Amino acid sequence: MDVLTIIGQLLNTTLVFATALIFTSLGGIFSEKSGVTNLGLEGLMVFGAFAAGVFGHYAQAAGLDGFAAASIGLCAAIVLGIIVSLIHAVASITFKADQVISGIVINFLAAGSTLYMVKLLFDGAGETELISGYSRMPIPGLSKIPLLGDALFNAYPTTYLAIILVFVSYFVLYKTPFGLRLRSVGEHPSAADTVGIKVNRMRYVGVMISGALAAVGGATITLTTTGTFAHNTISGQGYIAIAAMIFGKWNPIGAFGAAVFFGLAQAVRNYVQLFAWTQSIPPEIIYMLPYLLTIIVLVAAVGRSSAPSALGQPYDPSKR
Amino acid sequence: MNKVLKLFTKDSITLPVIAIILGLLLGAIVMMVGGYNPIEAYSALIERVYGNSYDFGEAIREMTPLIMTGLAFAFAARAGLFNIGGEGQFMIGMTAASIVGIHLHGLPAFIHAPLAIIAGAVFGGLWAALAGFLKATRGVNEVISCIMLNWIGLYLSNLIINTFALQSGDTRSVDIQPSASIAISWLSEMMGNARVHWGTLIALLAAVFFYIFMWKTKQGFELRSVGFNQDASKYAGMNVNRNIVKAMFISGAFAGLGGAFTVLGVFGYQSVMASSPGTGFDGIAVALIGMNNPFGVVLGAILFGTLTYGSAGMSFSADVPPEIVRIVIGAIIFFIAAQGIVRWLLKPFYAKRKKEKVS
Repeated sequence: MDVLTIIGQLLNTTLVFATALIFTSLGGIFSEKSGVTNLGLEGLMVFGAFAAGVFGHYAQAAGLDGFAAASIGLCAAIVLGIIVSLIHAVASITFKADQVISGIVINFLAAGSTLYMVKLLFDGAGETELISGYSRMPIPGLSKIPLLGDALFNAYPTTYLAIILVFVSYFVLYKTPFGLRLRSVGEHPSAADTVGIKVNRMRYVGVMISGALAAVGGATITLTTTGTFAHNTISGQGYIAIAAMIFGKWNPIGAFGAAVFFGLAQAVRNYVQLFAWTQSIPPEIIYMLPYLLTIIVLVAAVGRSSAPSALGQPYDPSKR
Repeated sequence: MNKVLKLFTKDSITLPVIAIILGLLLGAIVMMVGGYNPIEAYSALIERVYGNSYDFGEAIREMTPLIMTGLAFAFAARAGLFNIGGEGQFMIGMTAASIVGIHLHGLPAFIHAPLAIIAGAVFGGLWAALAGFLKATRGVNEVISCIMLNWIGLYLSNLIINTFALQSGDTRSVDIQPSASIAISWLSEMMGNARVHWGTLIALLAAVFFYIFMWKTKQGFELRSVGFNQDASKYAGMNVNRNIVKAMFISGAFAGLGGAFTVLGVFGYQSVMASSPGTGFDGIAVALIGMNNPFGVVLGAILFGTLTYGSAGMSFSADVPPEIVRIVIGAIIFFIAAQGIVRWLLKPFYAKRKKEKVS
């Protein structure tokens, strides 16, 4: 293989891995911008991947073609993601539970209940039946560009959707009244309350959006990479998405860049063994690189914390 | 008598008990919806754990590291820190114990084994102290740095085992020296070769140490004070930063010990891990069930260990998917975390009691 083809393939794989991270870290941004920490992203991804696997399977069994069945799976993931995120919202917003703990609860529930249901639905099997999912959708014309066409314009439809959503999220957060309100309850809830913004309602919305997006993130893995849902379909991507969100300073564009970077780090693993000069590097070093870099960035960013100021604190109107 | 009654109606006791009952009830409902018999399932679970000596020993083997990672989380939480890096500290503890257990030769067992255990504790502690140090000096949120350190710990452990101790042609390390083993062979033989080890005793002693250190020493007082209010502690002349690093070090040492026990007492070698073992995360649940109290943690680990180990029996004889216990545990910590919900559910009962007091 010549180097250009390898680079093209590498970029392509990078985007595949990055897609789930883009969705999920965008979700994290919506929740955290409203002031609610969401460590449950991992669990929400699990629920999304599960819903996509199950509903995708039934839709396909009912005779729908791959694309339609996958889309039904995706929609089911959105609904389930919103429902599950409400557990986090009720506990941490209404009942003022510790947000980090209630996020961890989501992760616990996800690991147990999805597999439990899979075993119920698929006669004790540990995974859903294989579905065809989305297939690649080359963009006419653009995909014929040498190198770039193969790398960027021959992706899954979910990847295009993710990239579009990055810009939509940016616009919504920074250019609309809704975005301003969402950010204000995360920065200074009592000030927002004074001008008539319903703090807890905005936070519910933020958490629900994050549930929907994280579930879509999980669903994309089932629908484009694995084709089934099993216990190891989601293994830590939710935590990586949290890292991407922080790495990108809670900004959709930044998170996109970070997600692509983490995707690249994942994709590179498959290509490391191809060159003689890279074979001497232990693969573990490459695996840990993104996490090391995240820590380094956090250390370097001292004093310029860009986290929402009221992050992690339940809003209590009697405390000013 | 009144005193005993008061003890049992205290929030710190009633709350987890009610949460556990609610969690088990919820599990029963989920089982009934799935078409299983919950009573049969729960009795199969208990039967599995307490039915014969082998399974009982293995269940204790399951509980021991959970006590350690639970103590780790609870200790940091008492100092106001959220140590979700127990996972990474556990793995680093494993690795340090493995290396000492494998590469030191010719030592008598009474030196070698303690040395390997201490290595696990120290390196687990240092791994956590790193997160504490970053928080103290650079203001890096410990939750985030711990997530990163968990992953780095996983790959670093694999790298070290692959480079320095790999059994050729296999994905695990060579066996540790017999002198580093902490297995109790005579008890093991009595219990049908269940893998019991001295680590369990050390875990119980660690809980006692936790209690004495936290509530009976000046240093423990400082840690708790920093946990309650950093500004006030600073004003009172305490070194907040040093306390943060110290709390994280001790917390990580607990988790590291758990890892060391797993290598030295249970397996006798260390596998190259495809993903992290999960014991550190389970410790968070254990600590929450135990309300961050050392003796509560021991009870929480017994509950957690019983549920997870017994779940195999449940799926064997009642055909219930073992994942149900994860739902139960998730529900329990949900009810403990969202205490407001439990109080809200119990409101009618509380109101009644107050009325009785008035009359």
